[in-house]
Amino acid sequence: MPERELTFAQAVREALAEEMRRDSRVCIIGEDVAEAGTPFKVLSGLVEEFGAKRIVDTPISEAGFTGVAVGAAMTGLRPVVDIMFGDFITLTMDQMVNQAAKAHYMSGGHWRVPMVMRTTLGATRRSAAQHSQSLHAWFSHVPGLKVVLPSTPYDAKGLLKSAIRDENPVVFFEDKMMYKLKGPVPENDYTIPLGVADIKRAGEDITLVATSSMVQVALGAAIMLEKAGISAEVVDPRTTWPLDEKTLIDSAKKTSRVIVLDEGYGRYGVTAELAAVIAEGAFYDLDAPVKRMGAMHVPIPFSPPLEDVTVPTEQTVFDAAKSMCQPS
Amino acid sequence: MTTATSKPAASNSSADLPEKEKWLHAHRQMVSIRMFEEQVNEVYTRALMPGLAHLYSGEEAIAVGICEALRVDDYITSTHRGHGHCLAKGAAPDRMFAELLGKEAGYCRGKGGSMHIADPATGNLGANAIVGGSVGIATGAAFSAKHLDTDRVAVCFFGEGALGQGSLYEVMNLAQLWKLPVIYVCENNMYNEYTHYQETTAGTILGRAAAFGLEAASVDGQDVRAVNEVATRLIGRARSGGGPAFLQCDTYRYSGHHVGDINREYYRSKQEEQLWKTNRDPILVLAKWLIDQGYADVTSLEKTTAEVRAIMEAAVKFAIAAPYPSVDEVEKHVYA
Repeated sequence: MPERELTFAQAVREALAEEMRRDSRVCIIGEDVAEAGTPFKVLSGLVEEFGAKRIVDTPISEAGFTGVAVGAAMTGLRPVVDIMFGDFITLTMDQMVNQAAKAHYMSGGHWRVPMVMRTTLGATRRSAAQHSQSLHAWFSHVPGLKVVLPSTPYDAKGLLKSAIRDENPVVFFEDKMMYKLKGPVPENDYTIPLGVADIKRAGEDITLVATSSMVQVALGAAIMLEKAGISAEVVDPRTTWPLDEKTLIDSAKKTSRVIVLDEGYGRYGVTAELAAVIAEGAFYDLDAPVKRMGAMHVPIPFSPPLEDVTVPTEQTVFDAAKSMCQPS
Repeated sequence: MTTATSKPAASNSSADLPEKEKWLHAHRQMVSIRMFEEQVNEVYTRALMPGLAHLYSGEEAIAVGICEALRVDDYITSTHRGHGHCLAKGAAPDRMFAELLGKEAGYCRGKGGSMHIADPATGNLGANAIVGGSVGIATGAAFSAKHLDTDRVAVCFFGEGALGQGSLYEVMNLAQLWKLPVIYVCENNMYNEYTHYQETTAGTILGRAAAFGLEAASVDGQDVRAVNEVATRLIGRARSGGGPAFLQCDTYRYSGHHVGDINREYYRSKQEEQLWKTNRDPILVLAKWLIDQGYADVTSLEKTTAEVRAIMEAAVKFAIAAPYPSVDEVEKHVYA
């Protein structure tokens, strides 16, 4: 029997529904999460099964309801807050960075904050500068938070279930352009541990370390590279923290060339950190400097021809990889 | 690990005690806070305390009046000026001092310090060094109480400085929409750090609560009996499903913004400070009433003060002698 396929959005919804059935403490809090099922319809149907007590519509008050989730997590619930666009995490910063991330440490281990923040990242939706950013580096910078970047429907379900079961605040970034991507998703209850990278494609000549939206780009580039006689390995860290440094470094040592791809801003961003980890861990095995590719250092523009050049594409990744492997 | 020796300053909730015992207990609690803060200032002056602390002296009637109306399993969130709330909710002074000195025996194993004391055993979700930083946490605790159908209540202490923070109004809106059992207690000591609140606060304080339809009241924050009376009503209302409330308590901060804020005349006069201390001291106000009622006399109250002072001095000694955490503690508790 062929494996069942779900879209990325369906996989997220299935993870939430299964966890809500398993654990009555899990509830969802956010804007238009109930009957509307969010603008992306990721949560459609959940309120019908679980009711308004557990699928809680809020006013447009990101700081307020995120703060409520922090307090609720400390006192016996396991809230999943929905921040509609990743750009809006800026409104929740004090609650996440100063409250959620630090409550366990500052209290000497007394209080725990088992909450999940689900939000989005990704450009090219023609949504302009305040609905298109990929700001996961911000949370990755903060001790006490975990940051998850699923890149397939399979990973989305398994990682989200782990995030909900985690005793810490976890931020779960979903690429909004990936919601309709289909892939195999088992019907059974499975989890993927946070902090374990996945080799999405094995290769010999170059490693493409890619996160979230960039995994599909890297896989597309790898097919193009194969036709050009270059074998590319695609490694997906899946979480920026905890970070599976060993898998990244081992792949870099094997192939000796690395491009790091992430849709966030490169400057002081995820690509900078991953490149540094690889450089520190595999320097003497590298045949070229680690290359970074991410969003251009500009606000995301609205106009399609402008927006399209701000993020790496299969072609730009192919070109970069080819020139690293076959310098002219 | 070193363990603390003394019992909590007192158990919570004197609601069921006869009147005399109830108010003698409240008096003792207020004196405990005053004596605690005296010792804090002392260890700061003797350069025994790392960093700074923000003293609660002058405001004791609020923490005590409200916490005496709470159960031990009710929640509070506190502020950077939080020692009074911790003690009033039942924290032990020796473990508090240990925390202030960064010692392993402290409530947070020395990792939090003065501004972050938290204690699950007494429902203290934590003091908070972000002004208005705990309003979400308190409201979330009330959300849990309602969701899990416990009949717990959450009290959110904050100073009038937090009235400038937008997150307060976000959670007041949520609490009223969802009828959450949370009491927002605004301790108006009139100074946002070094600035008079009238320079920072447009409109009225209670007008803010009225905008959301919250049950609201104001009370003389120097009168512990008045605070306790209105708190008992609002907490009982919240506990029985009546929803959130807002309580403005007018008070005065005897010391500076923190222990190092010595020269204050550029923002308030010594005469003003003296008037509050002489005429409206919460401990003196209650002492006078206790004596008038025949519940106490000067000698018995002085005896209480001496006893409490001895407890605080012993707590300081305990904390000074207690060991620091081992350096390998630094990476523990980042993640649960």
